[in-house]
Amino acid sequence: DGTSCVSVCARCLAKSDGVISIQDNRISIWSVGDLGNVGLNGEYQGEPQLLCDIRHNGDVMDMQTLSANQRWEKAHYHVDRDASCGGAACTGVICSNPEIVTVGEDGRINLFRADQKDAVRTIDNADSSTLHAVTFLRTTEILTVNSIGQLKIWDLRQQRNEPSQIFSLTGDRVPLHCVDRHPNQQHIVATGGQDGMLSIWDIRQGTMPVSLLNAHEAEMWEVHFHPSNPDHLFTCSEDGSLWHWDTSTSVSEKPSFLHQGGRSTTYFSHNTINQSVVSAWLSNDPTKDRMEITNLIPNQTLSVNSLDILGPCLVYGTDAEAIYVNRHLFA
Amino acid sequence: SEQAAGEKPHCELQRTESCKVQVTAEGGKGKALCGEGRPSSSCVFVVRKDQDIYIQTLRKLFNESHGIFIGLQRSEEEFAGKSRKTQLVQVSKNYRSVIRACMEDMHQAAVSARDPALHSQYSTQVSILSAMELIWNLCEILFVEAAVAGPLLLRLLDWVRLHVCDVDNMVREVLSSENPSKHELFWNVVDVFVLQGRMDEARHLLSKEASANPTSVNMCRILDDLMKKMPVPSLGNTQTLTEMELKWQHWHEECQRYLQDGTFASNSHMESICKILLGDENAILEKKELMTTWYHFLVTRLLYSHPTVKPMELRFYAQSSMDLFLGGESSPEPLDTILMAAFEFELHQVIKECSIALSNWWFVAHLTDLLDHCKLLQSHNLYFGSNMREFLLLEYASGLFSHYSLWQLGVDYFDHCPEYGRVYLELHIERIPLNTEQKALKVLRICEQRQMHEQVRSICKIMAMKALRNNRLGSALSWSIRAKDAAFATLISDRFLKDYCEKGCFSDLDLIDNLGPSMLLSDRLTFLGKYREFHRLYGEKRFSEAAKLLLMLMTAHIAPCSFWMTLLTDALPLLEQKEVIFSAEQTYELMRCLEDLTAGKSDKQKFQDDDVETMKVEMLRLALARNLARVIVKEGTLEGS
Repeated sequence: DGTSCVSVCARCLAKSDGVISIQDNRISIWSVGDLGNVGLNGEYQGEPQLLCDIRHNGDVMDMQTLSANQRWEKAHYHVDRDASCGGAACTGVICSNPEIVTVGEDGRINLFRADQKDAVRTIDNADSSTLHAVTFLRTTEILTVNSIGQLKIWDLRQQRNEPSQIFSLTGDRVPLHCVDRHPNQQHIVATGGQDGMLSIWDIRQGTMPVSLLNAHEAEMWEVHFHPSNPDHLFTCSEDGSLWHWDTSTSVSEKPSFLHQGGRSTTYFSHNTINQSVVSAWLSNDPTKDRMEITNLIPNQTLSVNSLDILGPCLVYGTDAEAIYVNRHLFA
Repeated sequence: SEQAAGEKPHCELQRTESCKVQVTAEGGKGKALCGEGRPSSSCVFVVRKDQDIYIQTLRKLFNESHGIFIGLQRSEEEFAGKSRKTQLVQVSKNYRSVIRACMEDMHQAAVSARDPALHSQYSTQVSILSAMELIWNLCEILFVEAAVAGPLLLRLLDWVRLHVCDVDNMVREVLSSENPSKHELFWNVVDVFVLQGRMDEARHLLSKEASANPTSVNMCRILDDLMKKMPVPSLGNTQTLTEMELKWQHWHEECQRYLQDGTFASNSHMESICKILLGDENAILEKKELMTTWYHFLVTRLLYSHPTVKPMELRFYAQSSMDLFLGGESSPEPLDTILMAAFEFELHQVIKECSIALSNWWFVAHLTDLLDHCKLLQSHNLYFGSNMREFLLLEYASGLFSHYSLWQLGVDYFDHCPEYGRVYLELHIERIPLNTEQKALKVLRICEQRQMHEQVRSICKIMAMKALRNNRLGSALSWSIRAKDAAFATLISDRFLKDYCEKGCFSDLDLIDNLGPSMLLSDRLTFLGKYREFHRLYGEKRFSEAAKLLLMLMTAHIAPCSFWMTLLTDALPLLEQKEVIFSAEQTYELMRCLEDLTAGKSDKQKFQDDDVETMKVEMLRLALARNLARVIVKEGTLEGS
């Protein structure tokens, strides 16, 4: 119910699993309940319970969870802040308690703290085009993507209003819509573009992406590494599909003779696959590495605008004003 | 009326088939338009906004039914005959379950609403939805499934049982009481069961009566026996109609005998039940309050007098049932008219009546589409060319477009209207308000997928212009690239260059330095990129490369003539360097450029040129001459060459 579901966010609220959705400019928190009611496909059979509901002025484009409660009006605006039509859409928000960073169509980056009324820092005209998404690279550095195909790193410790590094796509400057960083290996960044292409970047080297993967047929709205299982990546798109990218098989294929041959073993660790330093995402060899890609939506119609994952639980929202919860992702 | 049709799709016109627009005023919000046309008729049209699409719970209806609609359009036509029919019946059932789910939600909303106005609005909606499901269900039985004699009656019985719920409370009350047979409404409930053909339940209650009342045990047993033996049409192929009719005739005669023997004379209740079993119209009519509607009466009548009724015979029974039931006391309501039209198999009449009675096109659009898939609608064209299905879908989808988010559903509906769908879409999609970039992107994607290049260009221009006005030059460029709009890219470049001339430095370097292949979109943009490169080279002290680039910009005519003066002025510091940078060739070229520039000015312009201009030209001439002198010497000496 509600309008197109533009953003979803799965988080554990206290003990029960909750889903937060944005519909009809209303932020709603739903409880997806206990595990008792699981149907044949592992899909939850009962109705999600609406826990609480907050109204919001204007379209809600993105959201994160935080425990405090604040409201920063007109954080994003064009030219004249007080003009009635001067407001600009805020396109992305990321928070790392207690800091919150927002970006918008006005090319502005705002840094807020949850307990402070005014913005801690504002970088005006950080970008001449629209900033579509933001994420934290390290605690003091953020990554932004914009509509002329650039990935920028900003160091918030520095006072100058310039990015510390700019990366761009090869070829056409296709707008980038989403960005996410590998949870463990912070030099690996994934972005999704307007042409549905998934780009993997190694920000330690070069200014161009390491690999470009032809994926969706339309804008890729969100990309997320699985937070605890980063060999899995999820992307959703305007073309109505949600893809699960699984590189875990390829890493296990790494031949063990390299280990026995007495070569430096700093490249491979003994523990779990996830700890492997040479991530499957960066290696390009098509003969060695196989990536499994599955479309998780059987009958696709309208765009999937947003997704989120936590543990075995996947949540996504579509333009058909519906939210889907899949609690058995790796079953 | 053409004037009204050209209105933005925020309002919705109600049309009857004779195309006279219904006049409805909505408390001050209505807009009045004067009708054009024949001089004798001057009508005032009041246009009303469609409120239904904004009701929260109905949105579920629109979204879910959209999914079903798309599924139906995409479903394979290769299934023929029976399996196709099963498929279509399933689709119909899906639609109905969506209506019911919506009804549930609406009911919940009504119950929890504190505001009385809201409560009454929701309650009205519940009854409207209930009526819709009633009509749809009947249409499913008669048209989609096209039940034949035999199963037809069973389906109609199910239909009645599902929809006449006024008596449910009473039934529950009696059944849950300690001593049901002593309850004052006991016999009412038994009657209800009999009227609805629920024999087993009736017999169960009778057994309670038998155990409670020893005097009536005998009568109960006989009645129970009659009920048990009553022949009903079967769904499978276990018996033919003729067999059933024969059995039924025997059974009917047996009931007749018991009645005439006065077996039930001592118990009026059971006697009346026996009469009902015999199909006695008066006996059935006596139980009017328990049936509440004439169509219940119709089905009961059929059950007990003509269980093997054929579909085509329904109309006679329907008409007489309605007349008998209403008995001239009340006139038929819109719902009654619609149901009657259905019983008469007048499909077009059903659709027409529903269009008039209901406030939005959802119901008729989807029902007609389904019936069209059942190949039941003749393709006779309406006067403006498209057929009924398409007309209704177009109206429905147009209504969706006035909603800030449901318009996306409308797109798919237009896609499945072969005649006018595309035109409608082209007109509507350009008028969607684009308040955020994401919305614009979605609209663009829709246009691109359908090769609507005009619309793509137009939307990109609007977004680019908005961005430009807000000083978002990068965004503006990004929109021009999407539309491959060279003219706009030129405009943006000019803006950059103007900014440079005014401020002396470039704004938005992150954009200009990273133009990439998009630089080639327009000449001016290429110039901008190259000019910036010149500045970069100069900054990196790569003077000879910078010099070559600068010259190339002029000689290859990449730079616009208006900018040449600036470029030549930029050449000054290069000419003044200690080291000779420009070669003789290059210096001659520069001189030629300068002469071209000054020669181009008319005498009048030269007169208007202020001192600064003339001084610049003089300085340039001097610097060029000096450079030429030095370079000739340099190139002339042995080491230099």
